[in-house]
Parts: sequence; structure tokens; C-alpha cells
Amino acid sequence: MTEIKPDDTLDLRGVVCPLNFVKTKLKLEEMETGKVLEVILDSGEPIQNVPKSVKEEGHRIIEVKREGEYFRLKIQKGGL
Amino acid sequence: MDRFIEDKTNKVSVRLKGKEEKIDFNELKSGGFIKQRQKDLFTVRLRCPGGRLTTRKLIELAKIADKYSKKGVVHLSFRQSLEILYVDYRDFDALVEDLSKIGHSVASCGPRVRVPTACGGCEYNPNGLTDTQRLAEMVDEKFFGTPTYHKFKISFSGCPIDCARTREMDLGFQGVVEPEWDEETCTGCTICAEACKEDAIQSDPDTGKPIYDPKKCIYCGDCIRACPTESWKAKRYGHLVRIGGKHGRHPREADEVANFIPDEKVGEVIEKTLEWYKTNGKRGERLGKTIERVGIESYLKFMEPVFKTGSPVG
Repeated sequence: MTEIKPDDTLDLRGVVCPLNFVKTKLKLEEMETGKVLEVILDSGEPIQNVPKSVKEEGHRIIEVKREGEYFRLKIQKGGL
Repeated sequence: MDRFIEDKTNKVSVRLKGKEEKIDFNELKSGGFIKQRQKDLFTVRLRCPGGRLTTRKLIELAKIADKYSKKGVVHLSFRQSLEILYVDYRDFDALVEDLSKIGHSVASCGPRVRVPTACGGCEYNPNGLTDTQRLAEMVDEKFFGTPTYHKFKISFSGCPIDCARTREMDLGFQGVVEPEWDEETCTGCTICAEACKEDAIQSDPDTGKPIYDPKKCIYCGDCIRACPTESWKAKRYGHLVRIGGKHGRHPREADEVANFIPDEKVGEVIEKTLEWYKTNGKRGERLGKTIERVGIESYLKFMEPVFKTGSPVG
């Protein structure tokens, strides 16, 4: 499987809920539909909350990779 | 409901509109008029099922409260209703009439089915699994004020976080969802295992795919919401039913009696529970006490026809 190349990246390690989601949301709002945002999230609360909130906003999580204590997510901006 | 006995006595003579009339202070309480420390003044509890009001209604209620509260204050009750404080009993008739003009009414106290409480539910709360507000409204319409042996409190929580404290109710309904996993679409991303706060999902060390333990699952649906590929889906929604709980001086945690009871059976669960209580309870005895005295088996046996529409607990 080929790696999906992100159009932008947000490193949200150490950023608490719900700030991590707000930053993700704001970044996605700047981007065009179909573009891919990569976010790096801590395990625990951030990974419990951010993906479901992102889905509720109508975006798609197209790739998830676990890298030790954190997760690398690729989010495709949904049409609003 | 004729076996449930109403409170009697305590009639007091008062002068109303220039003529002598008798007011039954206990009856007043049953109608949501609660005596205050202050002479002649009462708290008037309004009927707000699920604690929800339209903004229009709230504006009208604010005007009425401003007109009748001698101190210009309201209080938000512990069961989500609006209470107008410092109301002179001589204003009762006028107040009730003003309320009826905007389609509102007074709540109840005493030994009867109270106004149900509820969280926001699935309409707008992301955790919500059941339409608690709609159910609270239905229950209020159907059962409000039904006389019982003691107070009878019903609440609806939309999910296992249980903000509406169903464990402390005579009858509580808490939303649940049973998750179902599709191996085909699962990419083994391990988010569900991270999202599960109950340790009911472990990730396979090789494939990352979930290993699910239904014994640990509390049916909150976190896995379903977190899954990026919709591989966790809702198999069915329903209510975990709890009975015999109370708070107060001697709290009692409710017993869990049935799971995954569908929406359309909620009314029947209430109806039959009241019927069992009527047959087995006695005056002044709260449902939890009756359960302890008579035994939960008797209740479960009686409820079997409706409880079998769901699943047993555990």
C-alpha cells in the first residue's frame, strides 16, 4: 500500500482536549475539500476524542498509524 | 390506581376574594405548591419534563414569575423544573390562570409519579444514544400525577455516563448500544482499543484488529464513534432498566433488571411496574423497599412478558 501524502501537518503532541480538536478543525477550514491533513495525537484522551469529533464534522479519517505513544492520522477534508 | 391512598386532612380556613374558603395545604403540596418558612408564602413548582423549555415559553414564564414572586426570584429545582419563589397563596388562582394562558401547568409533589427528568439525549449530545427528551415528554403526558404509595421518580439518561442518575430513581432508563464488528473493512488501526475506556477491546498484537470482551462492555458506543472505517456499527439500541433506586437520607442504588429494552416498550415497562407496585407495595413505602420486602424475583417474574423484548442483564 502506498503512503498517502498529506498536504499539511499538525503536530498536536502535548496539546490537551479540546484544544487539539479546535486546532484540527481550524486547519481543516483553511483547506480545500478533498485535501489531506496529517495530525499527530497523543494516546489516551486525545485519541479517544479527536477522531470521533472529526468524523462528526463530516471529514474522513483515511489512515491511522500507531507510532509508540502517539498516533499519526490522515484526515481528508469532507465537502460541507 | 384506587389502592393507592391519597393524603387527607389539614384543611385551613382562609379568606379568598372576600369570602371564606377552605384550602387544603396537603392538597396544595400535591399540586406543586410548597409551603415556605415565610408566612403566607409558597414556592410554585412548574412542570418542565426533561428540563427543556422553548425560549418563547421561558420569556412568558419570566414575566409571570416577575409578576407573582414577592422577591423577584426563581430557583432551578434538582429535578430540572423552574420554581417561582415567594408566591402569596391568595394569588394561586390568578397565577394558575396566567400559566394556562401560555399552555403551562404546575408540577406535582407527594406520593405520585413525578415529572420525568432527562439529559439532552441523542438529538444534540454526541454521546447520546436514545431520544431521552421525546421519551420524557411521552412519559409526562401519560403518567404524570398517577397516585402511588410514595413518590415515584423516573429519569432518562442517553448513555452510560448517566447524567440523569438513573441509579437513584424508582425507575430509570439508560441508553445503550450494542456494537457489531465487521472484519472485512477493519484496517487494524487500533483506535477502538484506545477509545474504549472499559478495557473491553484489546488490539491483536500482530494484526491490530480488536479482540472484544462483551463481559466488560457497558455499551456506550465509543468504539463505533471512534472507528474511522465504520467497521464498528450499531447492532441495536435500547435502554438498560434500573428500578428501586433513591437518594435522600438513606440512598439505595437501583437494581438493574433488563437491558436493550426498545423505545416502544418503555411505556409498558412503566405501566407494569406501577401495577406490580400497586399489588405488592403499601402506603408510604418506596418501590425499593417493596422490592426488598417482597423479593426481586416476584417483580422479574411479573415483568417477564415485557422484559423478554430485550436481553437479560449481564
